[in-house]
Order: sequence, then structure tokens, then C-alpha cells
Amino acid sequence: MTIAATAPAVVQKRRSAFSRHLTAYLFISPWILGFLFFTLGPLLFSLTMSFHDWPVVGERTFVGFDNYRTMLLEDPQFWESLWITVKFAAIYVPFNIVMSFLIALMLHHATFASGFFRTAFYLPSVISGVALVTIWSWIYSREYGLLNFMLSLVGVDGPNWLGDPGLAIVAIIIASLWGFGGTMLILLTGLKAIPKELYEAATVSGVPGWAQMLFITLPMLGPMLLFTFITSIIAAFQQLTIALLMTKGGPLGSTYFFAMYIYDNAFKYFDMGYAAAGSWVMFLIVLVLSLLVMRWSSAWVYYEGEVKGGDRNA
Amino acid sequence: MASIRIENLRKGFGALEVLKGIDLDIADGEFVCFLGPSGCGKSTLLRSIAGLEELDGGAIRLGDRDITHVPSARRDIAMVFQNYALYPHMNVRKNLSFGLALNGMKRDEIDRRVESAADILRIKELLARKPRQLSGGQRQRVAIGRAIVREPKLFLLDEPLSNLDAGLRVTMRVELAALHARLGATMIYVTHDQVEAMTLSDRVVVLDKGEVSQFGTPLELFYQPANLFVAGFIGSPRMNFVEAEVAAQEGVHITLSGGGLKRPVVFEAEAAPMIDGKVTLGIRPDRIEIVPPGEGELTGIVRLVERLGTESHVHLSLEDGRDMTAVVRGTHPVANGETVHLRLPAPHCYLFDAEGRAVRRRLDAETEALIVNEKGKRVA
Repeated sequence: MTIAATAPAVVQKRRSAFSRHLTAYLFISPWILGFLFFTLGPLLFSLTMSFHDWPVVGERTFVGFDNYRTMLLEDPQFWESLWITVKFAAIYVPFNIVMSFLIALMLHHATFASGFFRTAFYLPSVISGVALVTIWSWIYSREYGLLNFMLSLVGVDGPNWLGDPGLAIVAIIIASLWGFGGTMLILLTGLKAIPKELYEAATVSGVPGWAQMLFITLPMLGPMLLFTFITSIIAAFQQLTIALLMTKGGPLGSTYFFAMYIYDNAFKYFDMGYAAAGSWVMFLIVLVLSLLVMRWSSAWVYYEGEVKGGDRNA
Repeated sequence: MASIRIENLRKGFGALEVLKGIDLDIADGEFVCFLGPSGCGKSTLLRSIAGLEELDGGAIRLGDRDITHVPSARRDIAMVFQNYALYPHMNVRKNLSFGLALNGMKRDEIDRRVESAADILRIKELLARKPRQLSGGQRQRVAIGRAIVREPKLFLLDEPLSNLDAGLRVTMRVELAALHARLGATMIYVTHDQVEAMTLSDRVVVLDKGEVSQFGTPLELFYQPANLFVAGFIGSPRMNFVEAEVAAQEGVHITLSGGGLKRPVVFEAEAAPMIDGKVTLGIRPDRIEIVPPGEGELTGIVRLVERLGTESHVHLSLEDGRDMTAVVRGTHPVANGETVHLRLPAPHCYLFDAEGRAVRRRLDAETEALIVNEKGKRVA
């Protein structure tokens, strides 16, 4: 009798729970649909492509892991472009973070026109890649470039920045660093979020400025530094626009980045399957690097909300 | 430990003058509270002593040393912040020892101080925990511990209990008093809570708009407030004020009438004052008596009665529109809308001149003895 009496109530409850969930899913459905069609779909599609010989026009043939095997074992260009990208990342990532941190630190302490400088430093981040390349191509130009003109003022005969295989990658690193505004803004926000009482308590306790930076500022910025570290690595591996437009991978392939290698396979040689395999290799490299950084970060990144061991006796 | 002398201290933020020439003399080992409403400058004064604010003028001496321009780190002080300011990424032991280690202190000495402070504050079992794993009261203890390990000449505490709940605040208040007794250190404590100030302090500095309104023992402030501001600020519920006029004066006896008074009140001053014209009469709510019709100096209409069990707070409107509160014992049968007659017993009245300065009143022998006894304890 009790069961009979409560059964409709249970059904009612389930129904109301279902309709409640349905409403929630309907609300987020635009995002879910967008994710399915524009992110997950293409992702799986590219994975399928990577197991095929997939010309733009013509027959598609399933080749299993052949694309991957060829790339890793028989294609020297893969390793060369990967090596150039790793070199680029090894210089770009630390410079991007250190420079962003130093500028953020200066802006954080600036009392004069800090709003203006914040905007000025962030501005390069919002201009398009093509505009950025146009500006830097002009700066680097051997004959009428701004950089060589300034060097000439101090009696130095400027080099051919984009024509010298040793300098071209440096030129691209500098141009890429120009867009440090996003990283800088994240770190500046992090700096502003550190309670000033922590520094005051340290000051009263006689903790010198360098120690405050080392033992308070950097640990408190940990999560932001980790975030910018990972996003910088991803950005470095995805570097394409500047090299493609500024040097076209030259001179002598010195700026032939991994992303450009994928791009050429896809849109120059129309070997979509091979290009898709390259994209997945890049994804796996970035994934492994990110996981390594995440694991390493547990030693130096502190999260306020995280509780490891011990009881919270609130 | 050391005494502290502040001379003509001035500090402003742009056009806003926050401290307008503060003079204070705090004795060695004294517990002094800076008390005042928000924006009165009490925290700025404390931060100035800590060396966290650049001064516009004046001098600060700690013992026989002028520390006005000495960097914060070398002032031999320790400060406890309102939000504790614990380093969230360091455990309690590291929080306590951080400053010491960086000042080149030997490991053994650091350990001795940390253990000793942890012992005093009963936080030994918390040394390995991070601040987020502590309750509010435990965090507060760690913050105080961080001050203790420095073994400073002067402790500065900026509203250290204001983030705690009411019950914990009472417990920590008692612990702070015990800690002061144990360390015998000079302590300056900023608060806007008069109960904290009255219960903890040897003396209280009442600040108003960047100036010292009065500096005295808690009972002095209560029984002999220097002005209308202190009289209104100290005591809860706050003192009632009635406009009046000096009708006659005979030596120390001043007869007051007019305003809302139906009968004259004879105020007895400590010494014959020079006072005339309009004055303000003050009386604390618990001294007002509700009397039968035809008696008393005032009448009022009851607006609200708050019955708290042991006492009732009767909120009244006087004939001139002013509000008044009377505290009566027990659950008085008075009802809303009722007209009541009020007696203002002269020995419990306070008198203020037209500028708001108090006329020192004659206190009964018992109260006088209490104040003298309190002062004596402070000196001892």
C-alpha cells in the first residue's frame, strides 16, 4: 500500500528532475551544438583523415599508421621543422613570460599614466597578424627599415635581418614577442590581486625587497605563470602567420616551422591525410609538454582553494 | 619594551588631512587602544607608527630613539593586520619564521622562538598546516605569533579581532589580555569596538576627524568624557542629550532649565565653571527613571520597547522631537504610544557648553575611587 501510494510521487519526482535537466541542457545547447559541429567533429574528422591517403581530389585510401610512420621515420623535413619550432619555443616562451612579468611589474608600480601605458603595451595584441607582419617587415627591411636606420645613427651597418639564415628566426622571435600584451595583462591582474598587506607584513618583519619578490610575488603568481607558460608553449608550436608572411619559411628553410610544414602538406601538396597526421603529432607533443609542465608545477604552484592533507577546521 | 612619544604628527592624502597634529605619550608596557568611528584616522596613525605611511610632519620616538625616518624593518616593532596577512603558500612554521630567517637569525634561535610562540598561543599542532587549513581564530593566533617571534619593543594591532564572529571575539579578547599580562609588552590596538577598547586597555585614545578627542583610562572616558563626541561615542546605548539653558549659578551648582525640561536640574560641577547661555545636558540611558505623572523633568512618547529579559530598552520621542532611550530593569510594563514621565537624577547628569566641551562633574566617592584605582593599576 505504501509502495502504491508513493510510486506516482517517484514518477512525478523523476519527471520533474528530467524536465529540470532538459531546461538546463536547452540553455547550453547552442554551445553544445557549436562544440559538436565545429570542434569535436573536425577533430575526429582530422583523426580519420590522418589514417588515410587523402588527396583533395581523387580516391581516399585507408593507410593505417603509414602517414605517421613516414613522417617520423622517412621525412627529414618533419624533424627539421620540429627542431626549428623547438628552438623558437625555447627562446620565445621564457622571453615572453619574463618580459611580460617585468612590464606588468612596472605597470603595477607605476603611479604616472599607468592606464595609457597599459593600453599602449596591449595594443599590439589586438592588431591582426597581417598588419603586424607588414609593420615588422618594414622595420626589418635592409634598405629602408627603421631598425637599420637607427643602427646607422650609431655607425653600425645593419644586417639583412630577414635574409640571413641565422638572424631570420631571431627577427621572428622579436616580432612574436611584440604581442606579449595578453600575457602581460594576465600577470598584471595577478599582481593586483596579491593583498598589499602581505608586503606590508613582510616589510615590517624586515624582509628585503628581493626576498618579497622571490617568496611572495612569484609564489602568489604561480597559477597565472603556469597558465601563461602553457599557453605560450601552445602559441609557439602554432607559430605560422609571421613566418609564412614574413619569410615564407626561408632563408634556406631557417624559419620553416612545424605549423608551416603542416600547412604546406595540406595546401601546397594537397596531402590532407599527411597534414592531418602532422596536426595530431603536434597535438600530442603539446599535450605531453603541457602534462610535464603541469606535473612539474605542483612543486611551485600554489592554489588557494586546494586542500591537500590535513583537516580544514573552519 | 619601550615607551612611545608622538609629537604633532600630521598626515594627509592629497587635500584630505587625516591626522591633524597628534600628540601622545604612551608608557612602557601600556596597552593603549585607538578608538574611533570609521575614517577618524586611527588606522593611519597606527600605520604611521609602523612606518608604512610617509608623514607630512611630526616626530615619533620609541624609547629614547627617534624613529620618525627609520625604515619600518628597523623600528623594532611588530604588527598584526586586520585580515591576518598570513602568507597563504607557507605553512604556519614558515609563516612564523619567514622574517627571522631572512634577517640572518641562526636556525636554533628561530626554532626556539617559533616553539615558544607556538606554546604561548597553543598552536603547536598547527605548525605544519597551511593558513587555508585553519579556522579564523587559529589564523588570528598565527598572526599574533608572527609578531611575538620578533620579540619587538612595540606591538601594533590593527583591528585584529574584527573578522571573527562575536563568540570567538570574546574568547580572543580574553586571550589577548592574558598575552599582554604575560609579555608585559607595550601594545597599541586599533578598534572601532568600544567594548574591546574598554575591556582591554590601560588607556584609550578616542580619535575624531584626525584629532585626539580624549586620552584617558576607560572609566575616565565613561565618567568624565571631555566632550560631546566622547560622551556620545562611549557607552551603549549611547548617551541622551537634551538642550537646556543656564538659569542660575551658585559656586559649583548650576541650575539648568528651558529646552525640554519641565523642572530645573541642578548640576554639580567639580569646580566653579565659567558657563552661560545654551548648554547640552547629557544622561546615560540606564540612569533615566520612569516616574509617575506629575514627577520628573521630561515627558516622552514611547515609540518602541525592546525587552531583553534582564532589562528593557525604551525608545522615546520627546516633545521637541528629539529621540531618547531609557534602559529600565526587567520587563517594564510600558507600552508603545504611551506617554511617560522621566526623571534625570542630577548626580548622573553630564553638562557640555555651547562648544561641546564638558564641564567636569563632581563624582561620588565610590566612582572617584574606581577611577583612581584604575589609574593606580596602570602605573603599577
